[in-house]
Formats: sequence, structure tokens, C-alpha cells
Amino acid sequence: MTGTLKTPSANSRGLTPRQAQREPAWVRYLLIGIVLLILTVLIVVPVTNIFVQALGHGWSAYTHAFFAPAPPPAPDHLTRAQALVQRKLAHTYESAAHNREAIATTLFVAVLVVPLNTLFGIAAAWLLTKFPLRFRSVALTLIDLPFSISPVIAGMVFVLLFGLQGWLGAWATNVRIGRPAFDIAAAFPYVQLAWVPATGIIFNWPGIVLATCFVTFPFVARELIPLMEAQGTEEEQAAVTLGANGWQLFRRVTLVNIKWGLLYGIILCNARAMGEFGAVNVVSGNVIGKNGTIPIRIEQLFSAENNLSGAFALATLLAGLALLTLLLKSMLEWRTRQSTRKVQDA
Amino acid sequence: MARARRILPGFGLSLGFSLTYLSLIVLIPLAACALKAATVSRADWYELLTSPRVQSALKVSFGTALVAALINAILGLLVAWVLVRYAFVGKRLLDALVDFPFALPTAVAGLTFADLFTANDFRTGWLARVWNPFVTAVLNAWNATLAPLGSTAGRLVRPDGWHWHLGPAWQDFFAGYASPTAIVIVLVFTGFPFVVRTLQPVLEELDPELEEAAACLGAGRWCTFRRVIFPMLLPAWLTGMALAFARGVGEYGSVIFVSGNLRYKTEIVPVLIYDELGEFRYAHATALAMILLVISFAILLCINLLSSWTRRFA
Amino acid sequence: MSIKSMGATLLAALLLFSATSAFAVTLTNVSYDPTRELYQDLSAAFTKYYKDKTGETVQIESSHGGSGKQARAVIDGLKADVVSLALAADIDAIATKAGLLNADWQKKFPDNSSPYTSTIVFLVRKGNPKHVKDWNDLLQEGLKIVTPNPKTSGGARWNYLAAWGYALKTNHNDQDRAMAFVKALYTHAPTLEQGARGATTLFAERKQGDVLLAWENEACQSVADHPEEYEIVVPSVSILAEPPVAIVDKVVDANNTRTQAEAFLTYLYTPDAQEIIGRNFYRPRLPAVAAKFKDQFPPVVLFTIDEVFGGWTKAQKDHFADGGTFDKILQQ
Repeated sequence: MTGTLKTPSANSRGLTPRQAQREPAWVRYLLIGIVLLILTVLIVVPVTNIFVQALGHGWSAYTHAFFAPAPPPAPDHLTRAQALVQRKLAHTYESAAHNREAIATTLFVAVLVVPLNTLFGIAAAWLLTKFPLRFRSVALTLIDLPFSISPVIAGMVFVLLFGLQGWLGAWATNVRIGRPAFDIAAAFPYVQLAWVPATGIIFNWPGIVLATCFVTFPFVARELIPLMEAQGTEEEQAAVTLGANGWQLFRRVTLVNIKWGLLYGIILCNARAMGEFGAVNVVSGNVIGKNGTIPIRIEQLFSAENNLSGAFALATLLAGLALLTLLLKSMLEWRTRQSTRKVQDA
Repeated sequence: MARARRILPGFGLSLGFSLTYLSLIVLIPLAACALKAATVSRADWYELLTSPRVQSALKVSFGTALVAALINAILGLLVAWVLVRYAFVGKRLLDALVDFPFALPTAVAGLTFADLFTANDFRTGWLARVWNPFVTAVLNAWNATLAPLGSTAGRLVRPDGWHWHLGPAWQDFFAGYASPTAIVIVLVFTGFPFVVRTLQPVLEELDPELEEAAACLGAGRWCTFRRVIFPMLLPAWLTGMALAFARGVGEYGSVIFVSGNLRYKTEIVPVLIYDELGEFRYAHATALAMILLVISFAILLCINLLSSWTRRFA
Repeated sequence: MSIKSMGATLLAALLLFSATSAFAVTLTNVSYDPTRELYQDLSAAFTKYYKDKTGETVQIESSHGGSGKQARAVIDGLKADVVSLALAADIDAIATKAGLLNADWQKKFPDNSSPYTSTIVFLVRKGNPKHVKDWNDLLQEGLKIVTPNPKTSGGARWNYLAAWGYALKTNHNDQDRAMAFVKALYTHAPTLEQGARGATTLFAERKQGDVLLAWENEACQSVADHPEEYEIVVPSVSILAEPPVAIVDKVVDANNTRTQAEAFLTYLYTPDAQEIIGRNFYRPRLPAVAAKFKDQFPPVVLFTIDEVFGGWTKAQKDHFADGGTFDKILQQ
């Protein structure tokens, strides 16, 4: 399958080199050294830089990116220095509020997008692997589509449909679709829930959800299709002969077999949904303080507000998510290896 | 033969849901895009394709993606070889690290590279402090070496005025920020896992007997690599390179942080599309998108063909 | 607890919280980049004033960004009750392209709907190490200028026209020489930021560049905050900038917020608001308040866009539209 980034199989402990496969020792060490250098400069340095920059200004600067104290009410006459301090406090407070809003929007979008794409992934994988179909290769290419489309184009197609100047513009900009929003408050009950009324699809959360769905829908499907294909249909057929209906069939037979692949697909889909930038940039209009997700907010902080410490603070969240994704992936691989070994030993 | 009854349930449901979802999310929006692009007249297409801004954007997009893919091809081969063939402390960790650019959101990647290469105070931009003097040194060495060849007289001055001397404009070209080099660096980062992960399975499944046979016949290691191993790796290597190239062409999030979006110098096609959308020239934007899509599909087709070639020889 | 009872509790909590959130009218003000602090102060003052006057709580949410970019966002569907952009051409674009307000919006409020004026000056590092005195000093070798992108920022367009106006004045109104001058100027600006505030932060906090072509209020604010780091250089001639405000008719009618929006914009012309405007380093319109803040603004010879360029519609078309002089300059 094109573009499948399968990580190496159980054999990553390294092939046992036999005499004919041994390079001279100096070649080996040189190559290992070069590779270490490459990986350090290319990957380790940029990633640690994220955390160094975020925490380099001190822990309080880092937390102020998320929870800044509200500036005290200002007396009427302030000295220059006091006015400066007051302004900085107000600015930090507002920036932190925007950051929290971005986090809340990102989580909201992920909560909508990931289940939808999971359902699609399961449905598409079921359709394409359990039934013989003529248009199978067309479908597979279609599923691979978002990997070859620039994310800006993914956002653009929705602006074409739903923007004020687009095909459905007149309806789309006036439809009222609010959403629940939460914010962390300083006092009890510490969480504020509210209903945010809003209008429109572009510049509003439905646009972001649609664009993110477009970009992330293949992930679960691509994980499940080869997996379910390798597993074949015998077990399901056996279950049907034993009298299982559709739901029982899925829950007790298929789901059990695909659960690790499914979990991995969900994790990837989630990571990508939370980190998507290009498509969301186009549909959310990139207006400061309005409906941004975390990557959008990072870009605003960096280029429009030139606030590096805030940008890096948010970046640590996403980098942490990436680390978590990789960790879960390693664990899942270890699990799969274990279960394969069990099957082999049995 | 009568139509076989489907044994397993759920055909209708899965077909219905998949088709509806795909239509709503993918097919209808893409159809709208194609329809809009169809409204562009031939004169407009010509004007678009010959406009200097579009041409330079295409050059930047495809040029940087190509260079990054080539660099990744070499780096990826090295890394895949070492990770598969050698055992050393921390190999598992490095193996997991290779996937980082794939898991890290592009905006974060762009942010950290932009920060590394813009020299500000002592805390930031320390890669710039290494990179910029290095570039200056290389350029000076180049100019100094070629100085005896003379500057005006001689064969090295072509009618179009090309000159061997690399002036300050080249310092900007190779700078780590707001230059095509910056784009290449960031594309090398984002495309890095593609080549490695495409090569690793193939490397693992290489039959050691072929190498042993080559050794028996008297081939040295380099000769064995060149004539026995590498040709077997070639399809996967090209596939990985094509994947990295395709990814690099469409890359937006990380590039806009480091490129400075200078028109005619570092503006990539997706930025141009975004600008055209912003100016409400929807037809132009979709026309550009179509150009990108057509080329991306062509690459996808090549990748598919390469994969089937690989399978034939596996 | 079973899932059902947890869900019921959550739903009840959600309803409770939304019910207790205070009902307030919210106005959205889409503004240009440097006016964050200004509209923070003005919004707070207006909320208090309006509550005292009518008892109704009105919250104003401001959005800031490059003026051109903000205008395009509104045209694309961003709901704004009130717009306060950097130049009239951007609001004109909203009127013509999206039909969201009437074409004669500028007559609705006094002084061409601009409650304050401003201009363009240079901000340099303390001690003026590059000895910048006037526009032509910006062309010296190796000098880096920080200025935003005229395609997205309003301040950038005022910068551009101020430079063009100076070139016209020193070259006997020769348009070609003026274009050559501005072209040379922009070769000294390696990157173009999205908005005026972004440019200021690049210059002041990330310490890039030698000269910032800045809004007067941005320059004055930077010097007031850090007098030991920056100083203002006033060029021999600059442009009178009149950032206008307007009500977006279609949106306020749909949101039923016309009274509050009109009250807000009218409030901007009251002495209290003009004081806040002066304190934020914008030049107030009210003569009494303007006299009070006279000393904080450096004296500068100003020309208007009407007398040199024939108004914003013509200037936008000639210089910043597709194929205008800015496009030609970038084409090198």
C-alpha cells in the first residue's frame, strides 16, 4: 500500500551479522557516528529547543501563558512605570485567555472529529475487506487522497462552498450554530461551562470540524484495512454460522482482533486532528481571538504578536502529545510483538 | 452464475455510511473546487501560468521539495542501514525518534526551526550562530579559490553575465531563515521518516545469502553494496524519495514559519493560493490548486507503479 | 454511579452553568493591529458609562490584526458589529464587496468618522547609531528597515504613501522617481510582517532591524516604556492618517445591537474617551483635549492623502490593488 509507514517488525534488534556481512570496524563506527550526528542535529535539537525555549524564561512565565492573574483594578493616576506594568499584566491576562480558548476549541474539535473518523474507518475497512468489490482500488486511492493534497487546498474547498462569496454562502454565513465551551476559572467551581452562540460555518467551529475531518479521515481506515485483510473472513463466517447477528459479530469477533490497530489509528488520528494547521488556517480566517485551535494560536503568537514564550508554551503541549503518541505506539508494537510471539510459541 | 449471497451482514450499512461520509467531506467539496476551476478561461490560464509570481512560486515549491527529497534520500539510506544492520546502545530509542517528525505537528516544527535560526539574544538562535558564519566561510573560500581565474576576462564569463563570484545575495540565499535554504532544512525534517521507514522493512528482508555469495566471489563490501544490495533497495528507495517529495510539495505549516513568505524568493504555491483566496480571486486559487493536485496525482501514480514494480521483484 | 446518572448530572450542570452566565449584550469590534490597549481602555470605559446611563451591560469584544486582513475576514463572513480599521479604503471594500454597510458610511460620524488621527514616524535605537534624519537616510547601505506588508496591514500602506509623498515632494512630483525611491526603500526591508503591532514587536522585543517605520502611537509608546532603548526620529514630512470607524449595518440589524453600537461610536467623541485616546498616544480630535496632549507629540509637517494622492479610493487602486505600484516594485 502506498505510503505505508510501517515501523520495522520484530527484527529491530538487528540482524546477527555473519562474517560476510561485516564492514570493517572503522566504517561501522563512522556510520554510527554520522547517523547519531544526523539524528541529534535534525531531530533531538529542534525538539529539545521547544522545551528549552518554553521553560527557559522561568516556570512562572510558562504558567502565565495558560493562567495569568487578572490585573488589579487600576487607580486613576499611574506613573509611567506603573502604567507599563499594568499594561503588561493586562496583555498577559488576555493572551492567556486566548490560549485557553484555543485549547478548549482544539479539544472540542478532536472530540467531534476522532469518533466520526473512527466510525468511517471501521465502516470503510469492513466494506472493503469483508466483501469482494469491483471499485476497491478506486476506493483505496480515494482514501489515500488527503496525503497528497496540500492542507491549504483542503481548507480552500470548504471556503469555496461555505464562504460568503462561495456557492452556499448566503445560507452558510447566517446559520446559527453555537457550541458548548468551557474555561478554567480561578474560583469554585473552577470550570466554567457556557453556551457560545455563533453564526456561520466558516470562521466558526463547523468549518474547522469539516476541514479537520477532511484531513484526518484516512488514518483509522489505513490502519484497519491491511489488518482486517490479513485476518480474512473465516472467523466472521464461522460466527455467522453459529448464529451471531451483526452487532454481536462485530463486538465479539472483529473488534477483539483489531483492537490494537484500531487504538493506534485513533491515536494517530487524534494527534493529527489536534495538530492540523494549514486547513484550519484557511477556514478559521486566522483572526486573533476567534475560534483558533492550538496550532493557529501558535502561529498568531509567533508572527502577529511576536510573543515567542507564549508560542513555545503552547508548542510544549503539542510536542508532549507527540511524545505520548510515540510512546503509545511503542507500547502497542511491543504488545503486538508479544501476542505474535505467543501465537508462534503455541 | 447467480449473484452470490453475501454471508456477512452490514454491507448496506457500511456502504451507505462510507459513501455519505466521503461525499459530504471529500467528494462534494472537491467537485466544487473542480467546477470553480473549470470557470477559468483559457486566457486566464495562460496569464496565470506565465505570471512571474506563479512561476517563481512553482519553482520554489518544487525546487525545495526536490532538494529536500534528495537530501532525505541520502540521510535516510544511512540511517536505515545503521538502524537495521548495527547494534549499539540506545538503538531502540533512536529508532523511535525517527518517527518524531511524523508525529509532531507542522506548526510546532516550523516554530522551533524559525527560532533556532533567527539570532536574537543569547538564548535563541544558536544554530544561526553556527550556520551563518559557516555559510560565510564557505562562500569566502569559494570566491578566494576561484579568484585567480579572473573576474572579467576569460572563458568563465558567459554572455548572460553569469559570474563565478558569489556575492552577498548568496549569503541571503543560504541563510537559515527567510531563504530557500531554510525551506529545504524544514522540509528535510518533515520528510525524514519517509525514506527511513520505507527502506527499513526491505533492508530487513534482504537475503544474507546473496551477500555471502558476493563475498565468496571476491567482492569487497563496497562493491557488494554497490552491485548487490543497492539495486535491491532501489525501488523502495525511490518510493520513499517520491513520498518525501510529495509531502514536501504540499507542506504549508512548517514552511510559513521559516520562509518569511518573500514574494519571488521564498513564496510557495500554497501561500499563493491562500493569498488569492484572501483577495477573493477564487477562480485563480482553484486553478493553482488544480495544478498542484494534478502534479500530486502524477506523483501518487508513480508511487503506485513503483510499489507494484517492487512487488514484482520481491 | 452508572453512566446514565453521570450523564444526567453532567447535563444538569451544563444547563445550570449556562443559565447562570450573565446575560450581556456583546458587540464585536474588528479593529487594526496596534489598537489593542486603546480599545481595551475604551471598551472598559464605555461599559461603565453605558451601564451608568442605561443600566444595560454591554461587553465589547475586540479583534485585532492587519487592517487589510481584518477587512477581508469581515467580507468573508466574520461577524462584526463595529469596525475600526486603519484606513477608509478597507471599510469601503467591506461596503462594496460584501454590501454590509452603505456606501456613505463615512458621513455618519463627525470628522469623516475618524475620532482621532495619527501619523508615521521613525523609531530608532537610542543614540541613533545609523544617523537617520529623514526618509533618504533610510537608503544607506546595510540599513535594515522593519515595516509591515501593505497587502495585509493598514499602517504599512500609510508608511508606503508617506514615503511616496516625500519622494514626490523632493523630486518635483515625478512619479517615476518616486517609484524608484520607494522601490529602493523596500529592498532594505527583508521581511514584511502581517500587522503594525507585529512589526513593532519584531523591532522592539526581538531586536531585529535598525529602523522601524511606525505608527506615531507605537513609537511614542515604545519610547515611553523604554526611554533608554529607543528614540523617535521625525522625518521632514509625513502623512496625516485618519483611521475611521463604522457600524456594520447588516450585522447590527441581524443582531439587534444597533443602539448599543451607535452609542459606542458616539462615545468615542466624548471628552472622556478623547482623554483615553490621548493617553494612548493617538492625536485626539476634540480641540480642548488635543491642546492638553499637545506636548507629547513631536511636531511634524503633515500632508493629507487627498492633496497628494487624490483620496483613498484612487490611492488604493493605483498603489495597492493588483498590478499597482507595490506589485510592480516587488517584481524587481
